[in-house]
Amino acid sequence: MDFLSYLVSGISLGSIYALIALGYTMVYGIAKMLNFAHGDIIMVGGYVIFTMCTTWGLPTPAGIIGAIIICTVLGVVIERVAYKPLRKATSLAVLITAIGVSYFLQNAALLIFGSGTKSFTSVVTIPAIHLFDGALVISGETIVTIIVSVIIMIVLSLFINKTKPGRAMLAVSEDRGAAQLMGVNVNGTITLTFAIGSALAAIAGALLCSAYPALSSTTGAMPGIKAFVAAVFGGIGSIPGAMIGGILLGVIENLSKGYISTQLSDTIVFCVLIIVLLVKPTGLFGKKIDEKV
Amino acid sequence: MAEKAKKLKLSTKSNLITYAMLLVFFIVMQTLISTDSISSLLNGLLVPICTYSILAVSLNLVVGILGDLSLGHAGFMCVGAYASAFFSVTFADAIPQDWLRFLLALLLGGIVAAFFGLIIGIPVLRLKGDYLAIVTLAFGEIIKNIVNLLYVGIDSKGLHVSLESSQALGLEADGKMIIKGALGITGTPKDSTFLIGFILLLITVVVSLNLINSRTGRAVMAIRDNRIAAESIGINVTKYKLIVFMISAFFAGIAGVLYAHNLSSLTATSKNFGYNMSITILVFVVLGGIGSTRGSIIAAVILTALPEYLRSLNDYRMLIYSIVLILLMLANNNERLNVFKEKISITNFLRNRKKGNTLDKEAKS
Repeated sequence: MDFLSYLVSGISLGSIYALIALGYTMVYGIAKMLNFAHGDIIMVGGYVIFTMCTTWGLPTPAGIIGAIIICTVLGVVIERVAYKPLRKATSLAVLITAIGVSYFLQNAALLIFGSGTKSFTSVVTIPAIHLFDGALVISGETIVTIIVSVIIMIVLSLFINKTKPGRAMLAVSEDRGAAQLMGVNVNGTITLTFAIGSALAAIAGALLCSAYPALSSTTGAMPGIKAFVAAVFGGIGSIPGAMIGGILLGVIENLSKGYISTQLSDTIVFCVLIIVLLVKPTGLFGKKIDEKV
Repeated sequence: MAEKAKKLKLSTKSNLITYAMLLVFFIVMQTLISTDSISSLLNGLLVPICTYSILAVSLNLVVGILGDLSLGHAGFMCVGAYASAFFSVTFADAIPQDWLRFLLALLLGGIVAAFFGLIIGIPVLRLKGDYLAIVTLAFGEIIKNIVNLLYVGIDSKGLHVSLESSQALGLEADGKMIIKGALGITGTPKDSTFLIGFILLLITVVVSLNLINSRTGRAVMAIRDNRIAAESIGINVTKYKLIVFMISAFFAGIAGVLYAHNLSSLTATSKNFGYNMSITILVFVVLGGIGSTRGSIIAAVILTALPEYLRSLNDYRMLIYSIVLILLMLANNNERLNVFKEKISITNFLRNRKKGNTLDKEAKS
């Protein structure tokens, strides 16, 4: 029974990683940049819900919608102000700018909300399920996280493969120049990608803070890195890769926490990543790029 | 003299400017120290400035010359710091001469870090671009995590190592705990001084600049610019990549030794040896201009001192730091500003004076 319980909570944690990793991988696929500030959008989402629901006493759905709207706007503003002027710059320059944005968000949150850890009230109200005479307890947060993530992944896949803006995203990530020649609005598509990624981060923030209710200015940092690892694990730029990579990462992390050592779990996650990349250097679902001479 | 100076190669001239800059910095600081007019804040910053400059120069070798993005540089610093602090604490009584013990600690820290550079470099350097970045990040985090779990003690029976707890070591009554897990190493002798730090920085710069302008350096830059072309003319890609990676790790280890011997207690947190530190060093290199040793040092000095001098602004200082970072990156990639920078650049000034073309007159006026 222990195994099942670790597995279920691992899938739940992995679903959150997957939601964050989707933002990383979509932005990477389209703008060819590592958006290191993505993890901090999660933290912003958490603080918005905290302020609206706990401080102002608004109902939970209002808080979640508010977080999604604010994070989406924030993502678009960051893209316009910090990343758009660097379209032609080297990828390293964009990376450092993204790190600057990440520092900015963390320190702005530190100034506004103080350095103390806030205890987040869970946005999930459904009770836990007891299975096998109480041997296996699945918390409401776990159930909601898994259901929400599955719905989001299905909707996102349909959006990308079936709608016009979604296919424009695919075209831009395939070949930006050719897409522009075919009349795709490249800048608009990139903005849309940031908007979707940030909205997903807001949802991930709500779920993450419900499952792990300590909110501080660095809440998003470690899940952000883990999600980045998940995105690379699945092959960065690949959407199914991010989903599967995220879930696998969460399961590996929780199983190693349960069976090996809590303190070594991060080390094990990183070791698995290294081994996967050594065997398959472009991740599980990454495209193999042939080199032309 | 003027005739002779003109015959110097452009790279030599640029290197001489770097050395002159370092010497001026050293003389100014040394004068301030000897006349006792140095502020205690600046005095406390001197060794960190040397440490970060060494780190920036060594990372510049990997990022600027080899062209690979490494996000795990702090890991090598961590290895060097722990290896040397372990050595210094263990042999504090056996080797009473401070200078000898510190010299050996420096060598040990550097060599252990270079060894880690080798064993990490062999798998990592097969990868490319962002995949290489994430794997170096992963290695850095692994090193930091394991060091945090490491318990090492010594007694009459020899060395005891455990990854669990201090009890699991099973030390004898006369035993001495040296590495105490997350509590790290305490009681490291405070051997780092500005003079030693500066000498080490100078050695790093000399090695780095000579490497860049050597046959090896040119081979490495050929690999950076076009790996396939370099391979096809017979350059051993793996060998040269490993050489640079190891030299870079060696100096990161040296910086770690300097860091460890500047503090009385050494712990591994994400701020000093984790991903954050790797990013901080990368910021020095990128802001200083990728591939420019002189720029790396200037950026390291300014960005180490800036947050400390902004301390009076309390909570706002890191916010200001991040805004400065973003604005600098935006300004760096602004076309109009870049045209202006071309005009006032020292290297271009030298180059144009040699050719004696029209741009020269503009630069002079």
